[in-house]
Order: sequence, then structure tokens, then C-alpha cells
Amino acid sequence: MSRIGVIVCHCGSNIAATVDVEQVVQVAKTLPHVAYAADNKYTCSDQGQQAIKEAIVEHRLDRIVIGSCSPRMHELTFRKMLSQTDINPYMLEIANLREQCSWVHKNKAEGTAKAIDLIKMAVAKCDRDQPLFTMSIPVNKRALVIGGGIAGMQAALDIADAGYPVTLVEKEPSLGGKMVMLDKTFPTMDCSACICTPKMADVGSHPNITVKSLAEVEQISGYVGNFEVTIRERAKYIDYSLCTGCGLCETKCPTKTPSSFEQGLGLRKAIYKPFAQAVPGKPTIDAEHCRKLTTGKCGVCEKVCPLGAIRYDDTDKVTAETYGAIVVAIGYQLIDWGSIYGEYGGGRYADVISGLQFERLVNASGPTEGHVVRPSDGQEPKSVVIVKCVGSRDPEHGRSYCSRACCMYGAKHAHQYLDKVPDGRCYVFYMDVRTPGKGYDEFYMNTQHDGALYLRGRVSKIYQQNGKLICQGEDTLSGQQVTVEADMVVLETAMVPANDADRLGSMLGITRDKDLWLSEAHPKLRPVETNSAGIYLAGTCQGPKDIPDSVAQASAAAMKVAVLFAHDELESNAMIASSDVALCNGCGACVSICPYSAITLEEITLRENSKKVTRRISKVNPGLCQGCGACTVACRPGAMDLRGFSDEQIMREVDALCQW
Amino acid sequence: MSVVETNVATTGAMATGANSPAAAESWQPSILAFACHWCTYSGADLAGLNRMEYPANVRLLRVPCSGRVNPQYVLSALGKGADGVLVCGCHPGDCHYVSGNYYAKRRLMAFKRLLEFTGLEPGRFQVRWISGSEAGKFRDTVTRVCEEVRALGPLTTDQRQALADPVLAGAAATTQAGEAQ
Repeated sequence: MSRIGVIVCHCGSNIAATVDVEQVVQVAKTLPHVAYAADNKYTCSDQGQQAIKEAIVEHRLDRIVIGSCSPRMHELTFRKMLSQTDINPYMLEIANLREQCSWVHKNKAEGTAKAIDLIKMAVAKCDRDQPLFTMSIPVNKRALVIGGGIAGMQAALDIADAGYPVTLVEKEPSLGGKMVMLDKTFPTMDCSACICTPKMADVGSHPNITVKSLAEVEQISGYVGNFEVTIRERAKYIDYSLCTGCGLCETKCPTKTPSSFEQGLGLRKAIYKPFAQAVPGKPTIDAEHCRKLTTGKCGVCEKVCPLGAIRYDDTDKVTAETYGAIVVAIGYQLIDWGSIYGEYGGGRYADVISGLQFERLVNASGPTEGHVVRPSDGQEPKSVVIVKCVGSRDPEHGRSYCSRACCMYGAKHAHQYLDKVPDGRCYVFYMDVRTPGKGYDEFYMNTQHDGALYLRGRVSKIYQQNGKLICQGEDTLSGQQVTVEADMVVLETAMVPANDADRLGSMLGITRDKDLWLSEAHPKLRPVETNSAGIYLAGTCQGPKDIPDSVAQASAAAMKVAVLFAHDELESNAMIASSDVALCNGCGACVSICPYSAITLEEITLRENSKKVTRRISKVNPGLCQGCGACTVACRPGAMDLRGFSDEQIMREVDALCQW
Repeated sequence: MSVVETNVATTGAMATGANSPAAAESWQPSILAFACHWCTYSGADLAGLNRMEYPANVRLLRVPCSGRVNPQYVLSALGKGADGVLVCGCHPGDCHYVSGNYYAKRRLMAFKRLLEFTGLEPGRFQVRWISGSEAGKFRDTVTRVCEEVRALGPLTTDQRQALADPVLAGAAATTQAGEAQ
């Protein structure tokens, strides 16, 4: 039989002013299993806590009810106090007599009646409190970073510099992501390659970082501190331990195919490095286009390779490793404007290009060596139309959100074009100009001074006539319809979540917002954490951003990992679900309802009626369970229960309150 | 509810179904509110911090998540003496546990239809989303629920007996899963 001690706090006069504390104590003394009841002026003070400790010894109490402020205020305080006694810290219930009683009710009689009810509920619940224990979860101090763009690289570098081993998984043959495709970065007009490729080299040569290129995460299980990750490295057909990256194979390869790095504007070989400064700086064979691998005839690269590094029989490598934390930095892709905007030609006109294609056109290492020319005929365009918000802020056809970076790179493209073609005309159709970053608005103003003509309105139609692209649009400031004859049109297209976001999000238990970006745990206070402990977000996978914001978020995520890794062990939540083997029928309703994938079905063999039987039962992973209790309600046989908020406890609270 | 001396008169009125006009006027409904720890419970704490007054008929029962609320609790509360039950949680999309309030919504909406089928007035069982910052909304919601239940009067003995029917408990169990169909 339990021996409950009830302490009712005056909280100075905060509670005592509208609750008759004496009366509450008198009623508490009459409640079942209450061995001791007293009041206290300030229960949370040292003296107040000492008085409870003494009462525990003197009255042989084995659990405590405290009528005081909200449990959100002092539950932890009192648990800590109990941990210094012989009583388990979870043998404690708090009746909220201040925030939810004395402070909101002026009538003392009503307040006292309610306080008594709240104490009754707490006593009824406390009577069924069980000692609970946390578990120590070991922390595996190795981090996995998924995505080798600027955000992933920054996160990997920061974690590695903090002294922890990092594996960086990149699905493309090289690190660099989208940033390394860019020509220059706003607003400083730094050459993108000049600031991105040194980072790539740092990552590639860092002793704490292992880069797995052409690799994807195939499977993830486990929980914070202990993620079991299966990584598939696709076959490269080259032995990287031998290859020096001399590039002879690439020059001799007879097969050419459009380069995705050049956004389809240039060609590459079947054995290739996507670009000169690629990291790892060694080629891979594109099995889809390689003659040897598709027809069996060729083998030129094998013949010319001075080191014998070519391996046509290479296969995918699958490795399983354990990591303590995961940073997701899978970035974005551009919206497939061709399938949405038929009025812009839907991709039929070669000279209507995306912003990223323009980046390759003006890039000195791009397919045209930096000469701005029309993809259709190689002529220099004398007039260029830039259309902003293609897919952004367009809930009808594209996305409702603003892609944040396009106003600035639109201005940058105008500036770059006018720089390279001084006698050219540049028209920018815009809805609004949003330039809230440091030095951004000044950059936009300079672009206007360069001669870019900003027209406020959308382009309604683009069609070809006499070798020109006719752009029909509206200038809403003058209220006139305008028609511009352009040689080339650049569409500043919306950022949308990467293809992988869906698969990876569900595998990692990361929710996705209404626009399908991966969701942070809290938009303001936990911007880089996810709802899955130990998994963090960096860069544009969480929402559109520019490079400075991506880098800042990546460093923040790395910091979160370093904080996690500063502990050798984590304490698990004690108030978690647990399944009663005797009642569980293995239906699996709890498995599908659990938002953390914390419940699995397991086969167990046990004795029932002196016979050995094998049954399926559900099992809760204490490292993953967060204690929401959704499974307990879904469980029809009543096998699943939540420690600290058990069915019986809640029912007893209901009974204590709802009695005639 | 509590048998405090000052409340004996009203408690007596509840037992007799408030049939005298004077008793009906002073009759106070008893309302149980299940509140999720992360949103509504902290919203209620904030209401306290801001000294927002609301009727004293409401008792909060703290649960980790609105998804923890088993329809059986509601059935039990109404069968045993509550005149109204309120379940509150985080706004859709804001659940601390990702999806608990969606499960709560599904199962409790199915359960509400079941209760109404048995003849229970819709106002007696309500589900509301109140965030941790919406102290004003908390006050307004509980005040409104109190007024609505007060207007409905005490739950009759017949209604309570109907709610205690084991067949209904079995039917309520079928609403528990709350999974997306």
C-alpha cells in the first residue's frame, strides 16, 4: 500500500490569496493512502525542499504530491530533490494550483473547490506511480553528412575540425553541388569556383573526412547516437587507389554525350570528370554511354591508362556503418519550367534558357569559355530578356513561395550580360524586387545604373518570329502592354525540393512542409534540428536560401552535432511506451501509428499453458520512443501503455474528478 | 465534483437534476479538459501568468499529446459525472510529436459522431486546437464551452446510463485506431 505525502504550497500569497490552503490540506488528509499532508510557504525554496525530505523519512512516505505552480515550472526541481532521497524521482505528481487555479479565479470558494479537485486527481494518479528509470544511450561519435554541396561541405568541415570523423555522401561524381556551377556570386562578384573549389579540396584532403562520391544512402535504422546506415557507392569502373587523375583516358574516349554539369549546353566523354577541379579529381565511367560497357567493343581507356586503373567489371559497393548524428544537406533542384510554362515555349526554343544555363554560358570554364552566345546559332545576343519569378510566387502553375535568391541572381545576370555585351539591351520583368541581404540592394541599384531596364509585370507569352523571341508582357507601372524583341530569354526559375527529399525524408522520419521541403523542428527556435533527435538540416533542403544563409545553417548544424558529440552518453526518456507481452496480439497497429518508427514486431518464443509457442509481439525501442502515447490508444488489446501517463493513472484521475 | 462545504448546495442540485428554478440558476457544470502538455497546457499556464479569468468549472488533465486521449476516457468521464468534456491539443501541423493531433482528430471526430448517435448533445464533447501562445483563445474557449454546457443543463441519469452501456464502450473501441484509411 502506498504512503502518499501531500504538500500544498502557499507560494507566498500567490496561491494562498484565492485558495484556502488550510482547507485543502484538511481534505487531502482524508484522501485514500495519504499518510501525511502539510502546507508550506515556499515549497521550492531550500527550506521547503528540506521539509519534504524530512517528512519522507519521518512518515515513511514513498511518493509525493505537491500542490504548487505548474509542473512545467518546477517538476524538474522536485524530481532532482527526490533523487537525493530514497524515493524514485518519478514518484511525484504536481497539482497546478497557481497558473491554472489561484491566478485565474478570484472567488476563494470556487478556487478552493477546484484546488481540492486538482489535489484529488493528483493523489489518485500518484497512487499508481511506478519507479521509472532512464537508460544510458552510448553516443557513436561519427557523423554522416548527406550531400556534398556548399552546405554539406561546410557542415562536414566544421564537424571534422571539431575533431570528429565524418563521412560525406555525394550522389554525383564530384563535390560542389550547385554552387560550383555558378560563375560569380552576388553581391561581391567573387568567382564562385575560386571560393568553392578550395573548400572542395579541403574536404577531399581533410584527415577526418571520408568522401563517398557517386553514393547514396540506401537504408537508415537506429536512433540518436546509434544510426545504422547502409551506403551504396555506385560502380566507378576505375580503381581510385591506382588512378592519378592524369586525364589521358578522357582525351582518348571516343564517346560524347551532353554534360549535365554544363546543363546540357556542352558535351562530355563517357569516361569523365564533370569539371576540371572536381573532387575526387578522378574520372568515372558513365555505364549508360560507355561503348565497352554497352556493346563490349572499345576498351580505349584501358589501353591508354598508364596505371592499369580501369576496371570494367567493377560493381557497386555496399557498406553498413554506425553514426551518431546525421546532417541532411541534399539541396534543391530547379523547377521543371518546360512542363508548366507552355506560354514560354515549354522548352521548344533553344534560346529560352534557365538561370543556371546562363551561369554556364558566362562561366570562363563553361562550354563557350565565357562568351555570351545564343545556344541556337552561337551569335552574340544583342537584347536579352530576364524573367523573374518563373514558378515562384505563382500558386496557379508553380509554387506559392518566394525562392529568395532569384531577385539577386537575376540582377547579377543582367549585370554580367551588360558587362560582357556593353552594347546590349537588357530587360528584366519582375513582380517585386526583394533584396534584403547585406549589400544586396546596393547591388540591385548598380545593376539599374548599368543600364538594365526593370519592367514591373509578368511575361504572358514568348514566341519566335524572324529569328527573334517576342516577349509579350505588361508594364504595370505605366499600365501598358509591352512587346520586347529578344535574342535570348533567361528564366529565373524557382527552387524546388530535390528528388531525393521524399525518399530520404520518410527514411529519416523528417516531416515535410506544405511545399515539400524538409521541416525543421521549430521555425524560430530550432531551425536546424528535425523532429528526429540526432538528425539536422543544412542548406536549401529546408527551404530556398542563398549561399551565405546555407553556410550559416550548415555551421549551426555542425555545432549541434558537436554539442551532441561532447557527451559520451545520452539519457533516454523514462516516460516511454511499453508493451505487455501477455496482452499483445501482434496486430501491428502501434507500428504503423508511431511517428518515430520506434516500434517493431518481433517473434518471441515463450511458454503458454505449458506449451512452447512462437508469437509476434511489438517491441518499443527506448532510444527512439518520445513518449507521445499515440500507440497506446491504437492498441485494441490494451497491451501498450505509457509509463508516467498510464491508462490506469488517467482513468483514476477521471474517476477522482467525476464522482457524484 | 468536490464536496466542499460551500458547494454542498450546488452539488445537491446536480444530483437532483436541477429541477427547481433557483437551483438551475446556480447550477455549475463540471467540465473536464484534456490538455496536451506542449501546447494547450502551456497556453493555460500563460493565461494564468496573464491573470486571465475564466469559469472555475473547468479542470485540466495533463496528457503528453492529444493523441494520448483514448475515447474511453471521455466515455468514462461523461458516464461518471462530467457534464462536458473538452480535448485540446496543438494546431494541426504543430504537434510536438509530429502527427499525434491528426490521429486525435480522426479518432475523436469518429467518436463524436458515435456520441451524437447515442443522443448526446454536440456541445458536450468538443475538440479544439490551442497553441502555447494562445492564452486568450484558451480563456475564450473554456468560457464558451462552459456557457454552452450550462445552457444544456446537467446530463440526465438516463444519458449517463446510456453512456455506461458496454455496447457503446465496444463501439468506442473501434474509433481508437484513428489511422488514415
